[in-house]
Amino acid sequence: MADLSIEFAGITSPNPFWLASAPPTNSGDQVMRAFDMGWGGAVWKTLGDPIVDTSSRFGALHVGNERMVGFNNIELITDRPLEVNFREIRETKRKYPRHALIVSLMVESKEDWQEIIQRTIDTGADGIELNFGCPHGMCERGMGSAVGAEPEVLKIVAGWALEVSTIPVLIKLTPNVGDILVPALAAVEVGAHGLSLINTIKSLAGVDLDKLVPYPVVGQRSTNGGYCGPAVKPIALHMVGALGRDPRITVPISGIGGIATWRDAAEFIALGATSVQVCTAAMHYGFRIVEDMIDGLSNYLDSKGMASVRELRGRAAGAFTEWGDLDLSYKVAAQIDTAKCIGCDLCYVACRDTSANCIHTGEHPLPAGHRAPARDAAIARAKATGVHVTWVDWDECTGCNLCSHVCPVPGCITMADDTRGRPFESWNDRIARGTAKVPGGLHD
Amino acid sequence: MTPGAEGRPLAEPRLETAIDDAKPNFSPGDAVAEANRCLYCHDAPCVQACPTGIDIPTFIRKIGTGNVRGSARVILSANLLGYSCGRVCPVEVLCAGACVYNAWHRSPPIAIGRLQRYAVEATLEDGSAATLLSRAKPNGRRVACVGAGPASLACAGYLALEGCAVTLFEKRALAGGLNVTGVAPYKMHAEAALAEVAFVRALGVEIRTGVEVGRDVAPAELLREHDAVFLAPGLGGDTRLGIPGEDGPGVMGATAWIERMKLETGFAVAGVKRAVVIGGGNTALDAARELAKLGVPEVTMLYRRGEAEMSGYAHELALARREGVHLVERALPRAFTRDGGALAGVTLADGRVFACELAIVAIGQGRLQQLLASFPGVALDPNGYAAVDRATGATGHPKIWVGGDGIGGELVVTAAQDGKRAARAIAKTLGLPARPDSPMNAGH
Repeated sequence: MADLSIEFAGITSPNPFWLASAPPTNSGDQVMRAFDMGWGGAVWKTLGDPIVDTSSRFGALHVGNERMVGFNNIELITDRPLEVNFREIRETKRKYPRHALIVSLMVESKEDWQEIIQRTIDTGADGIELNFGCPHGMCERGMGSAVGAEPEVLKIVAGWALEVSTIPVLIKLTPNVGDILVPALAAVEVGAHGLSLINTIKSLAGVDLDKLVPYPVVGQRSTNGGYCGPAVKPIALHMVGALGRDPRITVPISGIGGIATWRDAAEFIALGATSVQVCTAAMHYGFRIVEDMIDGLSNYLDSKGMASVRELRGRAAGAFTEWGDLDLSYKVAAQIDTAKCIGCDLCYVACRDTSANCIHTGEHPLPAGHRAPARDAAIARAKATGVHVTWVDWDECTGCNLCSHVCPVPGCITMADDTRGRPFESWNDRIARGTAKVPGGLHD
Repeated sequence: MTPGAEGRPLAEPRLETAIDDAKPNFSPGDAVAEANRCLYCHDAPCVQACPTGIDIPTFIRKIGTGNVRGSARVILSANLLGYSCGRVCPVEVLCAGACVYNAWHRSPPIAIGRLQRYAVEATLEDGSAATLLSRAKPNGRRVACVGAGPASLACAGYLALEGCAVTLFEKRALAGGLNVTGVAPYKMHAEAALAEVAFVRALGVEIRTGVEVGRDVAPAELLREHDAVFLAPGLGGDTRLGIPGEDGPGVMGATAWIERMKLETGFAVAGVKRAVVIGGGNTALDAARELAKLGVPEVTMLYRRGEAEMSGYAHELALARREGVHLVERALPRAFTRDGGALAGVTLADGRVFACELAIVAIGQGRLQQLLASFPGVALDPNGYAAVDRATGATGHPKIWVGGDGIGGELVVTAAQDGKRAARAIAKTLGLPARPDSPMNAGH
């Protein structure tokens, strides 16, 4: 069984699965139960000057029959007395010395920062995470993403923290910026020991079309919240990947954003994350999801012959390149499994209306010289069963991949290599060779 | 309005109200969830399988988006009887039987009938159904429809929408035909069928109940006063076995028994411990299931050939068996035996005896040959059905069209399609202006 333990800026954890600073880590009771169920670490829900929350405060994006594909909250930081929080943190760390316990903090003035950091250190916590990411409520008060979105302010406030902290300081970044590298490099420059990203994305969850008030509805009003959940994973992966591949990012990364399974976690780790943080999935299904995260990641690493999760870290970061470095010679063509096709013709209509119009049914004529490996079999099955089996003209197919995404039948449409020996050539190669022109273009 | 006509409750007690809906209407949330399972196939096989050609993926998608009125409009355009069809169609051998999920074997086919009922029922309940469809201005043309069953209701409704003055003549006290008098209560109660009749009335159709053509109105008079006549009188009385003992208490024709069970106040099966149903068609299966659901302890179907030869649906037989109905094959009744006046049992040709207090004869219905033949230019085929152009229902008389059971139709949905095709043909014959959004042009 692969070793899942990690070390993050000096903080050790039995596995890379941490609960993110959020409602699941609001109390000692919750965090201790989570540790009992297998979570390797937790970032305590942000402490600061306690706030008042609204009712309601969560909104969600449901897509078809999938609940909570995206999730949105307008909840603020802790609403419990600081002393109660510190007492429970101290108790939790004492009972779970091997687990990573990090405390998220957010206050306003230098004095407040330095005082709350000192009180956190006194609990025995392993590290602190500066909440420079919250994009709702707190940012209106000059905190959260108001700090994370301004690199100079970020450096000043982080500097106050780093000046007094004797334990590792992570900075949690907001994705509500044009280029994530700007705040990330500022954080590294000022001396942060680690980066957590992404915090939530500024959002409105939807609009109640009866009340004509956005979600979540608070009386007759709503406000912008922070967006998270499975739908944000691609955005988070891009940002983690952007840091993971950049040699200037010399500190460990804790990946956050839509992680619900070991596969999600493995993807973040492969792009450079050392640990991952989870919130929405736990809010959807409870802490028990960590069992399969541990089991699945371990089995995956075993199947790849990796002895430790550390071997996976960053393994996909190098393959994340600029568009200009992609191989323009590489070509795939859609391959529809005649026997698996159920005849829904979703691929047909999607390709016809929005792509190359290369998917056909029945005895649609095949131009001379075109290849359609499955045409005869598709026609035969359609004749025998009446099912509208589709087939692909490989010489019309651009290899866009759309059909394989719309097909509801797993494994029915795959993309087959049709490169046929053409050598690697990228757009940047063409620029270098002076052949970066497309016939009929502006500069032809 | 006759007592108990559509829009008013029928008098109680009636036996059918003791039988619950086997497939209750979806709640809004469940309807959306089921709609979201639909793949939204292109050129969908379910549409091909629907005799009326309802654009099923489109109406289901509209349920999924919460556009219930739009959904009902799609259904009713192609099939004015879409409500009862949603409830009584044998979807297992029509739309749902053609659903691509069947070949996939991953999850059951979409509950198309229930979704169709859901969408239309909402608009019948709020009274908006009749406002959904495009109407032409009155054109002064007069059309008579004979019989007020599904075929006539469809023909009359479509032509009323085209601006014709349409009068329906129904010999019974209630319009609706077999939907009111014959549908199994676990599929639809009479009052629901009457709500559909009220919808057709609201399209501008005049319905004259208690008027028998041939008795109260002469065919010649009908032809003189109308520009077109649509005949859909249905079938005649239950076919008799013609064996000794058939006349007398305890032996009833199936459609007569079902009509009384559905509509007659005070009609009862109390005291019946053993009932036999003679026949192997869907009416026999309906009667057997109804008896079982009404609590008759022992219900036996006597069928003269083997199960494989039965014209009743296999899925209905399976349900009947689950409800405790026994099927006896190769059972040819020779005589009913009586004890005093009361029915004692039925003796078969092979000597077997089945004791019973109630025997229901479900071996078919007579043709209304006399009525059809009383119209000039209407010829009968060797089966006693009107000889028509199957595509339009046109007869040898330029002003007469025939549909429904009178031409050998067997389902509510095929009757509705007969009515629609006749409406198109009548509109064309009368030279009505073509309208791009004529509801009657939707579907097959």
